[in-house]
Amino acid sequence: MGRRLADLFHGRPRLQIGTLLSGPIAWLVIGYLGSLAVLLIASFWSVNAVSGELIKGLTFDNYKELLDQSVYKDVAVRTVGIAAAATVTDALLAFPIAFYMAKVASPRAKGLLVVAILMPLWSFYLVKVYAWQTMLASGGVIDWALDPIGLSGPGYGSTAVWLVESYLWLPYMILPIYAGLERIPNSMISASEDLGANPLRTFRSVVVPLAFPAIVAGSIFTFSLTLGDYITPTLVSPDTQFIGNVIFSQHTNNLPLASAFAVVPIIVMVIYLTIARRLGAFEHL
Amino acid sequence: MTLSHYTRNLLRVGVGITLAFIYIPLIVIAIYAFNGGNSLAWPPPDLTTKWFGEAINNTGARDALWTSIRVGAVATGIALLLGSLASFAVARFRFFGRETISFLVVLPIALPGVVTGLALSNTFTQVLGVDLSLLTVIAGHATFCIVVVYNNVIARLRRVSGNLEEASADLGAHTWQTLRFVTLPSIQTALVAGGLLAFALSFDEIIVTNFTIGAGEQTLPIWIFSNLFRPNNLPIVNVVAVIVVLLSIIPVYLAHRLTREEGVSARAGGAGAIAESTAIP
Repeated sequence: MGRRLADLFHGRPRLQIGTLLSGPIAWLVIGYLGSLAVLLIASFWSVNAVSGELIKGLTFDNYKELLDQSVYKDVAVRTVGIAAAATVTDALLAFPIAFYMAKVASPRAKGLLVVAILMPLWSFYLVKVYAWQTMLASGGVIDWALDPIGLSGPGYGSTAVWLVESYLWLPYMILPIYAGLERIPNSMISASEDLGANPLRTFRSVVVPLAFPAIVAGSIFTFSLTLGDYITPTLVSPDTQFIGNVIFSQHTNNLPLASAFAVVPIIVMVIYLTIARRLGAFEHL
Repeated sequence: MTLSHYTRNLLRVGVGITLAFIYIPLIVIAIYAFNGGNSLAWPPPDLTTKWFGEAINNTGARDALWTSIRVGAVATGIALLLGSLASFAVARFRFFGRETISFLVVLPIALPGVVTGLALSNTFTQVLGVDLSLLTVIAGHATFCIVVVYNNVIARLRRVSGNLEEASADLGAHTWQTLRFVTLPSIQTALVAGGLLAFALSFDEIIVTNFTIGAGEQTLPIWIFSNLFRPNNLPIVNVVAVIVVLLSIIPVYLAHRLTREEGVSARAGGAGAIAESTAIP
């Protein structure tokens, strides 16, 4: 039986491809892209104000409400602003360490640093947010550390969200930049030096332009992950709303409105990915 | 690159700042696990290990841990199957739309989590008419775990040339024999590494989980999150947080050991996969 099946596949690449891909395609296209389509459709539904039941018709009321009520615009602008700020912060913090790993560190130190960055990448998201919640609490570590110089921490609020988002997604920025810098041949840097450029000039005119697409690639993650986070604002900024909070708190009582608002981060990300692609982020990593 | 001593040292300071930024919060939370006081004031008034015993005997936390392990294991299984099938098709065949596969695989983690969560919960409850349960959580986790397996396996398949498989076929092995004796052994460690990372990713996911979990069910992150608002339980939460960190360090570390040759990009999130979607000639 197995032998017969094997003979059937032999020399039939189309059949082989079809067999390999049917599962993944079904899951991702029908399951995942299908769900995104449902989200889009649900954004045109409405809710019966009295019974709370969903009316699965076609209405633009949700989008009208989002445009009319300035609070939604404020929330969207604030969230995109924090995502941009966290992305810039991460790029600034990531570049020196990525450069050190790629071009300066000994192989041994490089290995250790890669592990040190990878460890917190995949895991303990919630623990990290919680750690910051305790550190930012009044009388917490940050207040304690700043007290001797007469300052106090930022407490809970937008500044706290910016700090925590920058913290959470930093490894996602370091690793692509490191990989991008590793790909720059040392001979190019030497050539720049041989042609008389000082280190600053080499850095500005050779290293940064070559590494830029990698920075953009990293920024896709810092930006997108911040846009979609509602746990961090809930824990360190209870009084300020972000896109994620609004969607999460609305999704049980007004699912169509929540769906319409979820289209905002999708549009932002589509624009972001389009620009990132133009800037060469897709090719260069 | 020739750098002056001054620049080198400046760079080391930058490295130190970034590492401190990454690790200080984790150290702080580790110290809080031994907090003898009952507030978040720093420094803790005295240190104790009594909360470890309480945490280990806390049935809510134990049930949640077991739930997380089961969810992670099944989601990882699905991701292993779908991720390796897709990576094999992309690495070994040429076909129309091949470039979009990588993009499709990375999309569930490249899009904001709140979008994925809401889209899935909409579909489950409004279109499919199923009640939210652990199965819906597993389906969600599997969706964004596929990319981890895919990245690891495709990096390995690129390194191990397809010639070996052709040689095996030329020597008379049929498809199953080639798969069993040539392909699988060469991607074995990449599969294990991808699986470990997928498990780690699932183990502490909360953003999508919160949208797709049924009433009354709790994964460990959901348990932690709901107890953050109960001040009396904070000492136990602190201990559980440290246990979560320790439990998830192990798979990440092992995965790194298994795939050191592939470089970081296989494990650096989906960024590598986005690149693949257009970089292939």
